[in-house]
Amino acid sequence: MLLTLLAAAGLALLRVRNLFAVVMLAGIYSLLSAGLFTVMDAVDVAFTEAAVGAGISTVLFLGALALCGHHESKPGHTPLLPLIVVLVTGGLLVWGTMDMPGFGDPANPVHHHVADHYIEESYPEIGIPNVVTSVLASYRGYDTMGETTVVFAAAVGVMILLAGRLGRRPQPEGKGDGG
Amino acid sequence: MREEVIVRVGAKVLAPFIITFGLYVHFHGDYSPGGGFQAGVILAAAIALLALVYGLDAVQKVVTPRFVRACAALGVIIFAGVGVVTMVLGHNYLGYNALAHDPRHGQHYGILGVELGVLVTVFGVMVTVFYLFAGRRGRTQ
Repeated sequence: MLLTLLAAAGLALLRVRNLFAVVMLAGIYSLLSAGLFTVMDAVDVAFTEAAVGAGISTVLFLGALALCGHHESKPGHTPLLPLIVVLVTGGLLVWGTMDMPGFGDPANPVHHHVADHYIEESYPEIGIPNVVTSVLASYRGYDTMGETTVVFAAAVGVMILLAGRLGRRPQPEGKGDGG
Repeated sequence: MREEVIVRVGAKVLAPFIITFGLYVHFHGDYSPGGGFQAGVILAAAIALLALVYGLDAVQKVVTPRFVRACAALGVIIFAGVGVVTMVLGHNYLGYNALAHDPRHGQHYGILGVELGVLVTVFGVMVTVFYLFAGRRGRTQ
C-alpha cells in the first residue's frame, strides 16, 4: 500500500511542471518513505527521513523557489536517450541483485560479521538500550565524526557559493553575472 | 503571512514545544529513536518556522547568523575534543572507557558528548543554510 502511494507520488513528481507542486510532492514522498521505514522497523532512519526530507528540505526548496520562480521550462531535447540509459542501468542493477542472498535470510553474511557482536554485547559493553545509538556513537564513532565534518564542510560550501557577496554592495540589476 | 493572527499565535505556541521536543530527542537518544542529528534538525525547524512567520530579520536578532556559523564549527570541535580528552587520559582516540571508572559510565558520557557535538553542528549548519537561502533577493524582485 505504502509502496503504491510512493510510486504514485514519484510518477506525479515526473509529470508536474509547476515547481511549487513538485516541492510539495517531494515532501509527501519523503513522508511516505518515512512511513515505509517505520513499517520495516527502522525507526531511527524514519525519524531522520521525516525531519530532514519532509521538514527542512521542503523549507529550503521553498526558499530556492522564491529565488527562481514557479515554472519549469520545457526540456529542449527528447527524453529517449536518457530513458534508454536509465533502463539499461536499471536492468544491470537488477541483474546484479540475482547473485545476492535471499532478503531477510538470517544466515546472510551481513548478519554475521560484526552484527552479532553489536546486538549481543551492546548492553554489557555500552550500557544503553538503543543499539542504533551505541553503534553510531561508540562502535562507529570515527564514521560519525567524519559525517559531522562532512555536514560542516557542506555548510562551508554553501556559504562560499551564496554568501560570497556579503561584504560587497549589491550589483545593479542586469549588470551582475547572475551569481 | 505576517498579518495572519492565527498563524502568528500558533507559531508562538508551537515553537517552545518543538524546541523542548528537540532536546528530548537529543537527551533520550540512548533509550529511544533519535539522537544529535535528528534533534539538530528539529531545533533548526523551530527557527525556520519562526523565521517564516515573523520574518527573517526578527529571528536573526535573536539567533544571529554569526552565532549559528560559530555553532557549525563548534560542534566538530566538541566531537573531536572528546577524542582528544580520551587520548590525554591514556586511551585510544574516542575510546570513551577513559571518561569514568566504570567503562559503561564512560561510554555513556562519551556518547552524550559526541552527540552534543553532532547536535550543535547540525543545528548550526541547517540554520546557516536556511538563512543563506531565505536571505537572498530573487532576480524578479
